[in-house]
Amino acid sequence: MNMILPTASISATPNGTTRPQVRIVIVGHVDHGKSTLVGRLLHETGSLPDGKLEMLKAVSARRGMPFEWSFLLDALQTERDQGITIDTTQIRFRTRSRDVVLIDAPGHAEFLRNMITGASQADGAVLIIDALEGVRDQTRRHGYLLHLLGVKQVAIVVNKMDRVEFSADRFKEISDEISAHLIGLGVRPTAVIPISARDGDGVAERTARIDWYKGATVVEALDALEPARPLVELPLRLPVQAIYKFDDRRIVAGRIESGSLKAGDEIVIMPTGKIARIKTVESWPVTPLHGPHGAGRSVGITLDRELFLERGDIIGHSGQSPRDTRRIRARIFWLHDKPLTKGEQILIRLGTKESRATVVAIEKAVDPGALSNEENSAIARNHVGEIDISLAQPVATDPYTDNPRTGRLVIEVNGRIAGGGLVLSVDAGRPAVPVDIVPVESALRPDERSARYHHNGAVIWLTGLPGSGKSTLARALERRLFSNGGSPILLDGDTFRAGLNSDLGFSPQDRTENIRRLAEVATHLARNGHIAIVAAVSPSTADRAAARRIADSAFREIYVATPAEVCETRDPKGHYAKARSGALQGFTGIGNDYQPPTGNELTIDTSNRSVSDATDEIERMLATTGILFDELTDLAANI
Amino acid sequence: MHLLDNESVAARTRSAALSSASSVPEVSANRAAPSMDHLDELEAQSIYILREAFARLKKLALLWSLGKDSNVMIWLARKAFFGRVPFPAMHVDTGKKFPEMYAFRDRFGKEWDLDLRIEPCPPIDSVDPTLPPAARSAARKTEGLKLALNKYGFDGLIAGIRRDEEATRAKERVFSPRGTEGGWDVRDQPPEFWDQFNASPPQGAHLRIHPILHWTEADIWAYTKRENIPIIPLYLAKDGKRYRSLGDQDITNPVASTASNIDEILAELDGTKIPERAGRALDHETEDAFERLRVAGYL
Repeated sequence: MNMILPTASISATPNGTTRPQVRIVIVGHVDHGKSTLVGRLLHETGSLPDGKLEMLKAVSARRGMPFEWSFLLDALQTERDQGITIDTTQIRFRTRSRDVVLIDAPGHAEFLRNMITGASQADGAVLIIDALEGVRDQTRRHGYLLHLLGVKQVAIVVNKMDRVEFSADRFKEISDEISAHLIGLGVRPTAVIPISARDGDGVAERTARIDWYKGATVVEALDALEPARPLVELPLRLPVQAIYKFDDRRIVAGRIESGSLKAGDEIVIMPTGKIARIKTVESWPVTPLHGPHGAGRSVGITLDRELFLERGDIIGHSGQSPRDTRRIRARIFWLHDKPLTKGEQILIRLGTKESRATVVAIEKAVDPGALSNEENSAIARNHVGEIDISLAQPVATDPYTDNPRTGRLVIEVNGRIAGGGLVLSVDAGRPAVPVDIVPVESALRPDERSARYHHNGAVIWLTGLPGSGKSTLARALERRLFSNGGSPILLDGDTFRAGLNSDLGFSPQDRTENIRRLAEVATHLARNGHIAIVAAVSPSTADRAAARRIADSAFREIYVATPAEVCETRDPKGHYAKARSGALQGFTGIGNDYQPPTGNELTIDTSNRSVSDATDEIERMLATTGILFDELTDLAANI
Repeated sequence: MHLLDNESVAARTRSAALSSASSVPEVSANRAAPSMDHLDELEAQSIYILREAFARLKKLALLWSLGKDSNVMIWLARKAFFGRVPFPAMHVDTGKKFPEMYAFRDRFGKEWDLDLRIEPCPPIDSVDPTLPPAARSAARKTEGLKLALNKYGFDGLIAGIRRDEEATRAKERVFSPRGTEGGWDVRDQPPEFWDQFNASPPQGAHLRIHPILHWTEADIWAYTKRENIPIIPLYLAKDGKRYRSLGDQDITNPVASTASNIDEILAELDGTKIPERAGRALDHETEDAFERLRVAGYL
């Protein structure tokens, strides 16, 4: 990047330079020489504090061990005890045309969370590989995470060339392998450099021992790094951090993640879609501010009208607003001890928004460090995968390809960040509502109700033959949940047929409509935090599938699988007798027209167990699938 | 430059290059957003962190040590909240500060309209006698802090530490959980990325929030000058000496310097390789004294 910077900005850069600053992360397998390279770089660029090297040499002598360059970083006693670098430190040095901030990320597998903490802040990366050991699983894993974190400039350093007699062949072998891996991920290495960090070859100088190498040294490669693409040219995204009313102003505060804004702009607040105009841009000590404000600024704005908005909303310009959705597909990395599984309840943070969510599908779960990409059904610690997430409330977001800042999320488990990832696609997931219909949302949020009831909203769908025990179980479950402080509501198929659905008969079309209405009502209750218990024969697989689509992740299907002959013996409503005598047409039970479910959450045969025993089992299912809150265990302690 | 967005540096340099190419001043009201310089970026990031802390914690306090860093922090809090610091500023007072520091506290506590809480430290006898003398003195401050925490039940303490000050501080997170005893477990820190912070301290524990973690000593001075933030005169050279860092009178020494204003301090810093805390006795007593203090809850 050749540019002449105006002298006016000199006073603004406190280190007296006007040069671009780039942030670098150094990653790679444990013991491949990362800390040694950092120590050597500091020395070669004249960046060490006076006396530091001598002090460390003295300490080494006192401890009776030979001096190592990595000691420079091992400032912590605990680190020296362990023999590994355990966290990121940020160190600065200067190359010819750059100020480099060096984030030393560790290579030990236990501490991938620290590598991610460091690399997420980097403009570029150095991936280090031991010439003797070659590419290892952690090398590949770090390469993959760099790609996932959006670090596009990666220089490869093949270290410890002294241990392979500076063999150009060995260098080429490793260079080819890692280049193929990275290019497969869409990351093109900016350089592949043979070095000996211990002796200094290739770090700042091409020494005679690597005279076959004509490319850049490490210092030159760092000097060539470009700061990344500006965000100010993307559409405006201002995630709301808070609304302040410290005086008579109502200030909406947040940081502009992309684009720019100014007073007078017409804005849209997502996910609600409300429109307003920016009245003023407030500040302190001088206010209001005039002119545009671009990405990166922390601002406060006032609007021309009073409307309800809250932390987590995203402000955009009309016509260029983010999407609103309750469904997201994301590519994530997982850092939690306990693997992420389908059906799991998680907390999602997207910008300043937080929302409870359910993992509805997991695909392509792999260990990015392994050579063979064997797919799993759960995402284990330090692995990656693609997941579909169903959110408890609508959120505003963008696919990360449209906006890298609003297209990324983190996942929290028990109040600790357990993973993160990129939004691949957004599925509005709700049918288009005609423009003249304006749905009014509840004044209460679902999570307010969840906190009181100790459960999430759900649709519990009991399907089975007449007489199988659906209503009995539904009533017992209703009583149980209510006794525990919950808010269950029974929706019985026959009761509905007497009222809301009294216009419907038993034709296939009417049965389908009957189920649709039940599912819509039940889903409305579930979205508002109640547990809707539906007891309905619902013989058609297709109708039940439609109900599941409507209720989405809140749906729990229980097949009450009592054998037909037992049901007929019970005949609580006398329907079987009437049907046998021909007095009841279209009755499900004595024909073969009941289609038993597959993929249901639970199957219960009531012919051989007590009602309370069966209710216990339903309750357990609700607890394990995230409807009832379990005892909170601190699984996250080891992230 | 911790946690600044990847692209902002580019935005800064690119726009700077653009403006240098054009010698005609722009007057159009619809011109592009002005580029952010280095200090603008630091400020915006710190404001973001302060607002996140205020949004996500229930009971916050800001630790005001009266030094240059915490004065910048108060300034940033006033910017974040439009003139008013909406939580208490707490001074854990060892009773051994310089008279100039107390004068500064009494004057600006009022002028800045702070909800000032002055909390005493317990007598030195109550502190671990195996620590070296200066570290023991600092540990006393840690005890004072613990007492204040228990007294008010804060779940978040905003502290003005910086990564570049000292090697162990380089390990810090922006939102850093502390144990129920106030201790820092360096081995068990949650991941922190994309400006998403772990803001749920376990029951009975609290969080430290570090809004200027990514600043350097030079950044602090350049910003102090730009914003015209008041400073304690001890930082400026008198008779060939000045203080780079202010602690208790008995354990803080001045460094040789002729810098009598902030510009001269900045010029001096650009050339120096002497660590900032060189004048702080406690850092040099044993290799691990500072780390032991931090594990016990020292700032």
